[in-house]
Amino acid sequence: MERLNIKVNGKDYELQVKPWATLLDVIREEIGLTGTKEGCGEGECGACTVIMDGMAVNSCIVLAMEANNREVITIEGLAEGDRLHPIQEAFLEKGGMQCGFCTPGMIMSTKVLLDGNKNPTDEEIRKALEGNFCRCTGYTKIFESVKAAAEKMRGEI
Amino acid sequence: MAIFYRRLPKFRYVSPKTVEEALDFLGNHKNKAKVMAGGTDLIPQLKSREIPPPEYVVDIKGIQGLEGISYDGSTFRIGALCTINRIGNSDVIQSHFPSIVQAAQSMASPQVRNRGTFGGNICNGVPSADSAPPLLTLSAEVTIKGPGGERVIPLERFFTGPKKTSLEGDELLIDISIPKPEKGSRGVYLKLSPRHSMDLAIVGVAAWGTYLDGVCTDIKIGLGAVAPTPMRAIKAEGLIKGQKVTPDVIEEAARVAGSECSPIDDFRASAEYRRDMVYILTKRALNRIFS
Repeated sequence: MERLNIKVNGKDYELQVKPWATLLDVIREEIGLTGTKEGCGEGECGACTVIMDGMAVNSCIVLAMEANNREVITIEGLAEGDRLHPIQEAFLEKGGMQCGFCTPGMIMSTKVLLDGNKNPTDEEIRKALEGNFCRCTGYTKIFESVKAAAEKMRGEI
Repeated sequence: MAIFYRRLPKFRYVSPKTVEEALDFLGNHKNKAKVMAGGTDLIPQLKSREIPPPEYVVDIKGIQGLEGISYDGSTFRIGALCTINRIGNSDVIQSHFPSIVQAAQSMASPQVRNRGTFGGNICNGVPSADSAPPLLTLSAEVTIKGPGGERVIPLERFFTGPKKTSLEGDELLIDISIPKPEKGSRGVYLKLSPRHSMDLAIVGVAAWGTYLDGVCTDIKIGLGAVAPTPMRAIKAEGLIKGQKVTPDVIEEAARVAGSECSPIDDFRASAEYRRDMVYILTKRALNRIFS
């Protein structure tokens, strides 16, 4: 076992983890935050996307030990109490989901995009979400959700 | 299809802090340890049991000084730990080597580009590695450290077969170096894949050249996914270099590029289609740099 120091959604954890555990395993099974989903398990689909030190990563192909002394934000870290994050509100209002399995990953990739770029072009939105697959929506509603989220975060709606 | 396990096989995790520490460990555990940079290829390979589980995974990301891009006036160096995104977003690389940026941005997804490295892409040695064709056209060399010291070899000699390189189990790739390009030289990387994202190249073509008064003074063409290793199209280059560039010369060189590669049939494409696409993309690339 290895000792892992990690900050998740602002809270510090000191855990004993198996050296072969992925960051996803630890987030879901040790810390108990099951909002992050396991899709393909090999870094193709983006369902497991979390933000590590400000960057989107596929937590299914990052070892837990690679996150030692790092800060991770998961989907649970966005809302403040009962108040949803503007990206979450936008996905709800625009219907940016059907089954919802890809949604946490979509929202985390959107957060990284909008944190760095308040007014992304259509092309920049598509590029930022290129690593997140959705098998239900056809992407149009997700795309509209991201545009609405950007407007909300700029205070336009 | 290989069986895909959700869980990784058991291994021990080692995180050396210096190149020397890493080399010592690799020397003492030859063939029992697997070096990991971004892990975006290694972890899926371990999950699918595509490679035998190593006793140790040696995560080299703790080594300082290998993550940057530097320039000393004559040579650009990309450290072994420099991420694909860092390269793809680098103004220095964009202004001198646009074909490298085009390759970086064509790879996988933001999540993978944030972790994966050019060093890892090279060390995996797959014929379709997007980083390879542009680097081959830029006369890139790799610096390798091992128990016997340091060696520098041209990238072309680094690749020895599909997923095979000349890197020994007790050696580490330190950086990829690229000589300063000649003034006025131009380059491009064109990738053919069914999808824009999260897809491997069916064919990748890079070209780099200089052009003076209508005459090609230098040209290099790099091909990916059409031979056991990424390769240079030497015969095609020979037809253009020193010649006045005309549509006929470009046409002939592109045809020769299509015939000098040795692609295979697989589920992505047939060998015949790949040859045709090498012809098309080479023609496009040459027209792009000699326009």
